[in-house]
Amino acid sequence: MTARSSTVLRSGATSTSAIRPSGPARSAGMRRRQLVGDVVSHVFLGLMAVIWLVPIVWVLLESFNKNTAPYTTTFFPTQYTFGNYVKLMTDRSVMNFPVMFGRTLVIASAVCVINLFFVLSVGFVMSRLRFRMRRAFMNTALILGMFPGIMAVLVIYFILKALGLTESSTATTVALIIVYSAGSGAGFYVMKGFMDTIPISMDEAAMLDGCTRWNVFGRIILPITKPMMVYQAIVGFLTPWLDFVMARAIARTQDKYTVSLGLWQMLQKEYIAQWFARFAAGAVLVSIPIAVLFIVMQRFYQSSMTGSVKG
Amino acid sequence: MTQTAVAERGDRRAALRTEQLSLGSVDGSGLTLGHALARGDALTRMSALAMGLGNIARRQYAKGAIFLAAEIAFIALLVARGIPSLAALRVLGPVTEGGQKWDANGNFINVNPTNSVGVLLYGVAWIFIIAAFLLVWAAAVRSAYTAQVLTQTKGRAPSIGQDVRELFDSRLHGTLLSLPTLGIVVFTILPLAFMISMAFTSFDINHPVAFNWVGLHNFGLVFSRTGSTSIGVGLGLFTRVLAWTVVWAIFATFLNFFLGQFMAMVILRRGTRLKNMWRAFFSMSIAVPQFVSLLVISQMLQDQGIVNQMLKSWGLIDSSLPFFTNAWWARATVIVVNLWVGIPFTIMQITGVLQNVPGELYEAARIDGANWWQMYARITMPYIFFVLTPYLIVTFTANINNFNVIYLLSNGAPQRVGESAGQTDLLITWLYKLTVDKGNYNVGAVIAILTFVVLGVVALITYRNTGSYKNEEGFR
Repeated sequence: MTARSSTVLRSGATSTSAIRPSGPARSAGMRRRQLVGDVVSHVFLGLMAVIWLVPIVWVLLESFNKNTAPYTTTFFPTQYTFGNYVKLMTDRSVMNFPVMFGRTLVIASAVCVINLFFVLSVGFVMSRLRFRMRRAFMNTALILGMFPGIMAVLVIYFILKALGLTESSTATTVALIIVYSAGSGAGFYVMKGFMDTIPISMDEAAMLDGCTRWNVFGRIILPITKPMMVYQAIVGFLTPWLDFVMARAIARTQDKYTVSLGLWQMLQKEYIAQWFARFAAGAVLVSIPIAVLFIVMQRFYQSSMTGSVKG
Repeated sequence: MTQTAVAERGDRRAALRTEQLSLGSVDGSGLTLGHALARGDALTRMSALAMGLGNIARRQYAKGAIFLAAEIAFIALLVARGIPSLAALRVLGPVTEGGQKWDANGNFINVNPTNSVGVLLYGVAWIFIIAAFLLVWAAAVRSAYTAQVLTQTKGRAPSIGQDVRELFDSRLHGTLLSLPTLGIVVFTILPLAFMISMAFTSFDINHPVAFNWVGLHNFGLVFSRTGSTSIGVGLGLFTRVLAWTVVWAIFATFLNFFLGQFMAMVILRRGTRLKNMWRAFFSMSIAVPQFVSLLVISQMLQDQGIVNQMLKSWGLIDSSLPFFTNAWWARATVIVVNLWVGIPFTIMQITGVLQNVPGELYEAARIDGANWWQMYARITMPYIFFVLTPYLIVTFTANINNFNVIYLLSNGAPQRVGESAGQTDLLITWLYKLTVDKGNYNVGAVIAILTFVVLGVVALITYRNTGSYKNEEGFR
C-alpha cells in the first residue's frame, strides 16, 4: 500500500514540478494564502459549530423552561425553572418516567452482559479455531445482518406471544432482553478482526505449555482483548438504550414502555402542549449515561491500547 | 531460556504435532456420516435407527443413554404435537368465519375462526425442530462410528469425562457457538422463514385471523401496472419507492462521507487553532440519542415549529416553509438532517484514519513539489478508501434500512391519498406502514423479501471483493 501510493504520487508530481514558484515571491504569497485559509476555515468551523450546537443548547434550555409548550414566539425561554425535572421524576400519575428509566437500565445492563459473552465467544471461535462450517457460519451471519430487522420484530412478537411473554410488564422486560441479545452473536466481525491481529504464535506457545483451547481463550485472548471488550460492552449497553423500533413493536401499552417510547409518547398530539418541557428534561437525563460511557471509553482507549501485544 | 528447556519445548512441540496428526486421521475427515453408514458394523448401522445403541455397546453408557432419551422424546413429541402441526400447514385457516352453529350432536356451539398465525408459526417451528433433530441424528451415528473405530484401534472408546474435556479443547467451537447459534436460529432465521412464508398467504387487513395460501398473488399485486387500490400498492409506487431508497442511500452515505471528511480535514489543518474544542463541539450531538435529536428537529421544522416562527417574526418569510409538506422540500430536509446526525460519526472515524497516514508520504510529496490537491487525491483519498471501504459498504446497507431517520423525522410525509407510501418513505418504512399500521402483512412481506434480495446480492458481491475478506489472515 505504502509503496504503491508513493510511486503513484511521484509520477503525478514530476509533471507539475516545472511550474512551481520559487524565491521570496512564493513565500509572501504563501503567507497571505495561509492567512486567508486560516480565517476562512475558522469562520466555516464557527458556522458549523453553531448549526450543531443550537438544537442541543435549545433542548437543554427548554428543559428549564417554565412554559411547557413547544410553540413559542421567542427562540430561547423567557423564564427558567428547575420544576420540569422535579415533575418528571415525581409526578407519576400520567406517565411513570422513573420506572421506565429503571426498566431500560435493567434491560440495557442485562443485554450488555449477554451481548459481550456472545460476541467474545463467536469472535474467538471464528478467529482462532478452524472447523467445518466456519465459512458457512460467517457468510450466513453476514447475509442475516442485511435482513431488515423490523420485519423480524413483528414475527418475534408473534413468537413471544405464543410463549406468553407479552402479557405483564416483567414478561415484556424479559422479552426485550431476549430480543436484543439473542441475535447479538452475529455481530462478531469487529471483535474477530481485533482478535485476528493477536499473533497465533501466542496460542501455540500456550498449548505447548499444556493449555487447553479453553485456557487459551480465558487466559491469553481475553486479557489482550480488554480494550475491545470495553467498546463492545458500551455498544451492547447502548443498543437497547437507544432503540426505539423493537421496543415499539413489543412493548405495546404504556405500563411496559422503555424511556425511548416514553419520550416519544410525550411528543404525541395529546401530550405535547403539557409535556414538551418535561420531554426536554427527560432527553437530558437519557443523554447523561451516554456521555459518561463515551468519556470512559476514551480514557480506557488512551491508557490500554499501548503495549498489550509483544509478538 | 536454557538449553534443556529449549529441547523440552521442541519435544513437546513434536508431541503436539503427532497428537494432532493422529487425531486428524481418527477424528477428522474419515468419520463422516456416509462412511459411518457404509463402513460401520452392524451395531453402528443399528444406531441409525436406535440412536445411542453403538455407544452403549462400546461402554459409553451416559452418552448412549442421552442419545436414546433424545430420540424417544423427539418421537413422542412428534407424534403428539408435530404431525398435527405439520398437517395443519396444508390448510392454514380451515374455519374462516366464526359464529354460532349446530354441531353433529345437535348442540348449539360457538365456533372461532382458526388462528392461522399460530398454525403457521407452529408448522414452521416444527420444520426447524425436525431439522435440528436430523443434525442430532447425524451426530449420533457419527459418534457410534467413532466409538467403533476407536474401540478397534485403541481398545477403548473415550469415557464421558474425556468427552466433556474435549468440549473445552478440540471441540470448543461447538461449546462456545451453541448458545449464540440457538439465539440466531430462533430469533433471526425462524422469523425470516416465517416472514417469507407470510408473503404467500392472504394475511391482510381483510383476513386478520384466518387466512390461507394464495401462491404468488401478492407478488403479482406489487408488480402489476394497475396495482391494488384497496391496499394502495402497484408497480409505479414500488418503482418510485425503490428509486428514492437508492437515491437516499447514495446521498446519505456519500454526502456524509465527503462532507465529514472535509470537516475533519479542516479541523486537522495545520493553521486551525483549538482542534480539541472543535472536535468536542461536533461530538456533543453523539451523546444525544438519535431518536431524541430526530424528534426535536422534527418539532423544530413543523409548520408551527420554532424555525418557521423565528423566520416569520424576523420578517424573512410570510408563510411557513414546507419542510414536510412539499415532496422535494421533504426529501432535501431528510437528507440534510441526516447529515446533521451522521457527520459527527464520520468526523470521528476519519480523524482516526487520517492520523494514521504515514507522515513520510506527505514529506516526500512536499519535497517533490506536490500541491495540496495532488497530496489529497494521491495520498489521502486512496488511504481513506483502503481503510474505510468495508465501513462504507456497511453504511450504505444501513442507510437502505435506515428506519429511524425517516420514521421519526418525516414519517414518509407528504403522502398522497390512495397510496400506501409517502414521498419520503423508504422500502423499510413502507413495509412497516403496510404491516403495523395497515395490517397487510402479506404485501409487507413481499416488500421485505425484495429488499433483502437486492441488499444481499449487492453486499455479498462487494464484500467478497474487499481485501479484508480475501486476506483474512494477512496479519499473521
